[in-house]
Amino acid sequence: MDLAVAIIVTVVTAATPLLIAAIGELVVERSGVLNLGVEGMMVIGAVVAFATAQTTGDPYIGILGGIAAGAFLSLLFAVLTLTLVTNQVATGLALTLLGLGMSGAIGEGYVGIPGIKLQAIEIPLLSDIPFFGDILFKQDIIVYLSFALVAGVTWFLFRTRAGLTLRSVGDSQNSAHTLGIGVIRIRYLAVLFGGACAGLAGAQLSLAYTPQWVENMTAGRGWIALALVVFASWRPLRVIVGAYLFGAVTIGQLHAQALGFGIPSQFLSALPYLATMIVLVIISRDRRLTLVNTPASLGQPFVPDR
Amino acid sequence: MRLELQKRPERSALYALLSPFIAIALTVAFGAVLFAFLGKDPVEALYVYFISPLTSTWSLHELAVKAAPLILIGVGLSVCYLSSNWNIGAEGQLVMGAIVGSTLPIVFPDFQSPVVLPLMMIMGMAGGAAYGAIPAFLKTRFGTNEILTSLMLVYVAQLFVDWLVRGPWRNPEGFNFPESRTFHDYAILPEVLASGRTHYGAVFALVAVVALAILLSRTLKGFEIRIAGQAPRAGRFGGFSASRMTFFAFLLSGALAGLAGISEVSGAVQQLRPVVSPGYGFTAIIVAFLGRLNPIGVLFAGLLLGLSYLGGEEAQIVLGLSDKITRVFQGMLLFFVLACDTLILYRIRLVRTRGAVAVAGE
Repeated sequence: MDLAVAIIVTVVTAATPLLIAAIGELVVERSGVLNLGVEGMMVIGAVVAFATAQTTGDPYIGILGGIAAGAFLSLLFAVLTLTLVTNQVATGLALTLLGLGMSGAIGEGYVGIPGIKLQAIEIPLLSDIPFFGDILFKQDIIVYLSFALVAGVTWFLFRTRAGLTLRSVGDSQNSAHTLGIGVIRIRYLAVLFGGACAGLAGAQLSLAYTPQWVENMTAGRGWIALALVVFASWRPLRVIVGAYLFGAVTIGQLHAQALGFGIPSQFLSALPYLATMIVLVIISRDRRLTLVNTPASLGQPFVPDR
Repeated sequence: MRLELQKRPERSALYALLSPFIAIALTVAFGAVLFAFLGKDPVEALYVYFISPLTSTWSLHELAVKAAPLILIGVGLSVCYLSSNWNIGAEGQLVMGAIVGSTLPIVFPDFQSPVVLPLMMIMGMAGGAAYGAIPAFLKTRFGTNEILTSLMLVYVAQLFVDWLVRGPWRNPEGFNFPESRTFHDYAILPEVLASGRTHYGAVFALVAVVALAILLSRTLKGFEIRIAGQAPRAGRFGGFSASRMTFFAFLLSGALAGLAGISEVSGAVQQLRPVVSPGYGFTAIIVAFLGRLNPIGVLFAGLLLGLSYLGGEEAQIVLGLSDKITRVFQGMLLFFVLACDTLILYRIRLVRTRGAVAVAGE
């Protein structure tokens, strides 16, 4: 029983960065913008969070640093794609390449330094619940934030007027513009939110998941988060399912590596990437599902005419 | 104050030519600021980075060795991006080409004959093309997003080569280092000139540039590629098959990436190691865009990005700067290239938010 709890707790830790990055990107895509730079924003978030925590000695300030770094990088993306109307796919790739490059340069002095681990916060009463208390209510603040984010985004998108406006911008940018909605302004805010989330996800990696800085430590998680948005067919609650599924695959293969089974570790390490592909194929096979749910203006350039 | 875009009546030919140069100038300017910020003399640093590698025969050869794979992959990716097929997994196709091409000298080391090398090159291309066919198949058959699948396959290929050189392909006489056996003489891509290391990979790159320049500008296939990207609906009415174009683009770019991979392994390294390339497959994305998706442009862009690798090494030795700065440069360059391309289709005007006085500015 204790072992099961311990394993599930690590699944939560592995799923959290995916969940946070994916929920941020979901909002971005719901506003009609495709930001492929999640990996770059995440890795910058990781290194800046680590560096800030080291400098200040406070992991919570580290988290803020990670969020700010992710948001800053997403601002660059927004200026290019929204103001200068560059190709969103190419610009997202550029953001990832820039983020990976910058993080390597920033993090060079931090390689091999033991990090500051974010401490778990036990929630009174709730953490005493058998089984669930240990899994859900003895976690660090980022895990709680991840659930708050899903709840908040769900409420915002489907229960508020602003959320409706954001979805309308993503589904029909021209109609929204005709109605006098500031398409570009809303998209700027959505992209910034996505960047902040990616930065927070990166901070979780370098402060909680493995408290250290390793170059390219995101290892494709930003891309998996992008795949999760498609998997979830742009619904926030389904992102939880996807993220925990991938968290389980990641942790499962780690345990399988430890146990051996005679399977080369590289094959097991490849599993999350192969699982991503398989999941994408299964989802995209049902064209109706994807067509109905994809924000109709996703990736379309928008230049307001006067 | 805010920026406003005004659509030009037609594409600006002037800016189509100038935009890469503006982007390079901006990158250099930002680089100078960055160097000053790091406490280095910017003029000296820029000299070390971009000029001094061009001043010796040895480093010119190194430049050719580094630029060749970038150009080979870059021209292939240009065809992909022109036809709106977003192959970003060239790094994986490169690795797969290197693996498949290396089977002859590693698994059959006793098969020594002049046909080994040509066979290796063909197998390398076939390996890269086959690996590129996977995202193409998934895209055409299931509508799966090729960006994500081609990228996921990069990780899979890298893990696969890692397993090979640590496991079944590890050099039996190699003191347990994670390396394959070194290639025998028939499996080594020879040098072109007596004066240095430039191997035939550079020749392959030049041939690919010329061939694709002709294909794109002089043939119906080239027209079809452009139509697939710019007006896919019109292309369908014209009887061009979108899925065949997807396969064409992925097979071609996969084969070229595979050729780059096997050339790198059999020319520059001469054995298989856990890390086959320093990210050529990703840097080639920058090369393709900086070259404006035009083979001749890609040739020059590949040389420039190859130079940035060399300059990075030089700066590390001479100035003690981190070689990580290179990738910052490369990423910045792509950003500026994309931003400057806006000038081709739009005029950018600075508009005062209050009052309607527009400050015209190109």
